Amino acid sequence: MAVNEKVLEELLNRYPAKVKRNRKKHIIIKDAALARQEIEANTRTIPGIITNRGCAFAGCKGVVLGPLKDVVHIVHGPIGCAYYTWGTRRNKAKSEDPTKNFINYCVSTDMQESDIVFGGEKKLARMIDEVMEIFKPNCITISATCPVGLIGDDLQAVAKAAQEKHGVPILAFNCEGYKGVSQSAGHHIANNGLMEGIIGQGDWEEAPGKYPINILGEYNIGGDSWEVERILKEIGYTVIAVMTGDGSYEELKNAHVAELNLVQCHRSINYIAEMLEIKYGTPWLKVNFIGIQATIDSLRNMALYFGDPALIQKTEEVIARELARVEPIIEQYKKICQGKTAFCFVGGSRGHHYQGLFAELGIETVLAGYEFAHRDDYEGRAVIPEIKPDADTKNIPDLHVTPDERRFRLKLSPERMEELKKKIPLSDYKGMNIEMKDGSVIVDDLNHFETEEFIRLLKPDIFSSGIKDKYVVQKMGIPSKQLHSYDYSGPYAGFNGAVKFAEDITMAFVSPTWNFITPPWKNKPLLEGIVAEGGCSEC
Amino acid sequence: MLDCTPKEIKERTGGVINPAKTCQPIGAMYAALGIHRCLPHSHGSQGCCSYHRMHLTRHFRDPIMASTSSFTEGASVFGGGANLKTAIKNVFAIYNPDIMAVHTTCLSETIGDDLPTIIRTAEIPEGKLVIHTNTPSYQGSHVTGFSNMTKSMVNYLSEATLESKKEQVNIIPGFVNPGDMREIKRIVNTMGIKFIMFPDTSGVVDSPMTGEYVMYPRGGTRLADLKDTGNSKVTIALGSYASADAAGQLERKCGVPAVILKTPIGIKATDQLLMALRSQFAVEIPYELEEERGQLVDIMTDTHFHFHGKKVAIFGDPDIVLAMTEFVLSLGMQPIHVLTGTPATGGAIGTMVGNFEVEVQELLQEAGITGKVKAGGDLFELHQWIKNEKVDLLIGNTYGKYIARAEDLPFVRMGFPILDRSIHSYLPVVGYKGAMRLLEMISNALLERADRDARDEDFELVM
Repeated sequence: MAVNEKVLEELLNRYPAKVKRNRKKHIIIKDAALARQEIEANTRTIPGIITNRGCAFAGCKGVVLGPLKDVVHIVHGPIGCAYYTWGTRRNKAKSEDPTKNFINYCVSTDMQESDIVFGGEKKLARMIDEVMEIFKPNCITISATCPVGLIGDDLQAVAKAAQEKHGVPILAFNCEGYKGVSQSAGHHIANNGLMEGIIGQGDWEEAPGKYPINILGEYNIGGDSWEVERILKEIGYTVIAVMTGDGSYEELKNAHVAELNLVQCHRSINYIAEMLEIKYGTPWLKVNFIGIQATIDSLRNMALYFGDPALIQKTEEVIARELARVEPIIEQYKKICQGKTAFCFVGGSRGHHYQGLFAELGIETVLAGYEFAHRDDYEGRAVIPEIKPDADTKNIPDLHVTPDERRFRLKLSPERMEELKKKIPLSDYKGMNIEMKDGSVIVDDLNHFETEEFIRLLKPDIFSSGIKDKYVVQKMGIPSKQLHSYDYSGPYAGFNGAVKFAEDITMAFVSPTWNFITPPWKNKPLLEGIVAEGGCSEC
Repeated sequence: MLDCTPKEIKERTGGVINPAKTCQPIGAMYAALGIHRCLPHSHGSQGCCSYHRMHLTRHFRDPIMASTSSFTEGASVFGGGANLKTAIKNVFAIYNPDIMAVHTTCLSETIGDDLPTIIRTAEIPEGKLVIHTNTPSYQGSHVTGFSNMTKSMVNYLSEATLESKKEQVNIIPGFVNPGDMREIKRIVNTMGIKFIMFPDTSGVVDSPMTGEYVMYPRGGTRLADLKDTGNSKVTIALGSYASADAAGQLERKCGVPAVILKTPIGIKATDQLLMALRSQFAVEIPYELEEERGQLVDIMTDTHFHFHGKKVAIFGDPDIVLAMTEFVLSLGMQPIHVLTGTPATGGAIGTMVGNFEVEVQELLQEAGITGKVKAGGDLFELHQWIKNEKVDLLIGNTYGKYIARAEDLPFVRMGFPILDRSIHSYLPVVGYKGAMRLLEMISNALLERADRDARDEDFELVM
């Protein structure tokens, strides 16, 4: 059955009045006939609601900083926060020099009660000294956890003193978990820090190759970035830096030489994209390398941006060859997936990115949403001026950059920029909602209660989300696909990723294991026989 | 792999690198899941609750439900009272548990939220309960958090209502898997002794697939039983770090004597559990259990040449590691590196924990083995120990796989968490049956390695 306003109202009526008033604003039923459909996002989760959301620390250290492989990431706080962000996110990294790859290390000041009482600054300074002695990294980050902000440890001062002592950049991030309303606050804090402390610190003045680009908001989950880079390098692009999957301090510091910034995950990295444009005059292009058509569109848009006929031709050659290779394989999987429906509730960008790939397999997304997105991720960047900052967002400082006197250079003439903007999403993102079908449901910060209720109403064939709700949904007999960790598979990006995804999704549908849920005795009476009246007539 | 870890060991005082412990709240959350129809609640930032649910879900591959107070900066400044009261109201209205078990976080502990007062002044529906425990993340470890929540169950719920005690035993299983809890219950059942196990996560985090999601599955200790623990004749606490505190509190509050034993991993610790039950309840050990023991000894003697004399490194939670060390010693193996991340004192001052380093060293001395033993250590140091003195086998949780790969060691996964293998939580490592399973795991790991490394001419059919 479809969800209409009446059904939605009935669902919401089961909430206490205050909760209902709040949640109502976070749920819309897509109706393209309406001039606009506003959704509330990036506001507080109500206490007691079982949410999928995490905290600012998770967004900062866990998402944006953690993947930088040649940086030692120190977590200043009690042990848990470092422990849970150790190897759990599948941001793969390899290094030419394994003694400069710290991805498998977890470093925590492991604050004890006495540190909370007397302050943890000295212990942090000792940890920095020890890290320098043992690992000799070229860069260190320090991420704050909740109690650090409360007891008033001055992270910035400790970092500054240590930087002077050791002569390498030591960046401190005040990403205490209580800041903001979700991971999103942490992305912003990390973006500011990387922009201020690393990007542009390198001494390159020009790129070492043709068509130099950065890939922003690509975290190399399951090797996604490697598949994207495979394609881009073959076409002829020079990838300067990936932010931050398989990324490094060494690459990041020279990111200013790129001629174009690609933005994969808009939510987590749009701040850097914008700042790079202001500071260096480099526009950004919203790309999506999830799904075959989305990958093709992204490649064509990139080629159009550079406008070089040879590049455009090479792009088409690679597209044609890859398509010929993967399409017949996808067709086989499509036979099984065709006509099925999905829920797609992921992160701050993937809820959108995966819908096209599902559609290519013949699967319609009937409900989608984000855990920690802002209104612009749903409605497009045009709404940004309308978003009123509240107390929670005001706590996250905006970093104001100005054009770099030496390095600012318009990469395109204003006329060419305007012309291109009409054709490709240049320094713009239209959001998820525009691509969703009428009647589909869009939910912000979907919670446990709503997950159960919407599944009951819409009976999707597959649910895609994260680890916390995966097994809830599978208990209902519905396969659930983690789109944060890819269930330890991947890559899912690019052409090879689409094939892998198709294979995995098909496997979820055809696995014979689902056939055993009902025991045979449930549908069969204990005693069988015919009750004959008046004796047996056949005797 | 782990190419940045040097062989030379230097003293470090700045914290830990590659921890062998995590923070208290996750243990409290796990313990609370062991009460029937209970929703654990994390009083702090959303991130804590999210991390704990994620990690428990990865280990158990089953739904782990818990709610959070969703602190913002405002709550951190003005106190989380309003958040908790709103949460209590919403949880009962929307998710309808019988009981909410609240634990704190380093955030709410640092600002000093007074949970008893907040709970006392909260709107709690008739017939519903809210209990709490303090789990500051900057003390002890996840094991301490488990212990604290279990102790709070006693504080809030246990009552001595009868003149004389009942012929029943309280069993506190410690921070073990539901498969272990089921096995301990089977053993006590086989002996014909009435018991109350708490917390009991079996039937909660190993619930069956039925095609229907149930928020509160069949398992978990019933509230009536938790109350009745005050009437039991004796409490057997398995594992001093995870269980002794609750048992001690039950003794003080309700006059139920506490017997503190090792987690029953291996033959000796299982013997001790059976002997304790036998003497407390004057029942003979049934043949079924004697037969299992005999089978175990049969296997141990028959295959002793697979493992005798092998050097082992063991790490993990203190109760598990202590018992495991004793078991490998009874196999003739040499545990030369033994480490736990949990600090020696466990938790807050005055809590009833053992002394990990002393207890393990006593075991080693008795066997005439010299080894390194450390509480409050980390895996960076364990790796350095191994670099300096090689072992034949590594035993520990999933995080050990990096060391095993770096040093090319056979690796047996046990303890919490195991994130890269499945099914472990359903099958026991406790009791005689559990010891057989462990022995199979150890033997297989060593023999697989022997097969892998054998030259063709030395590759054996029968081993």
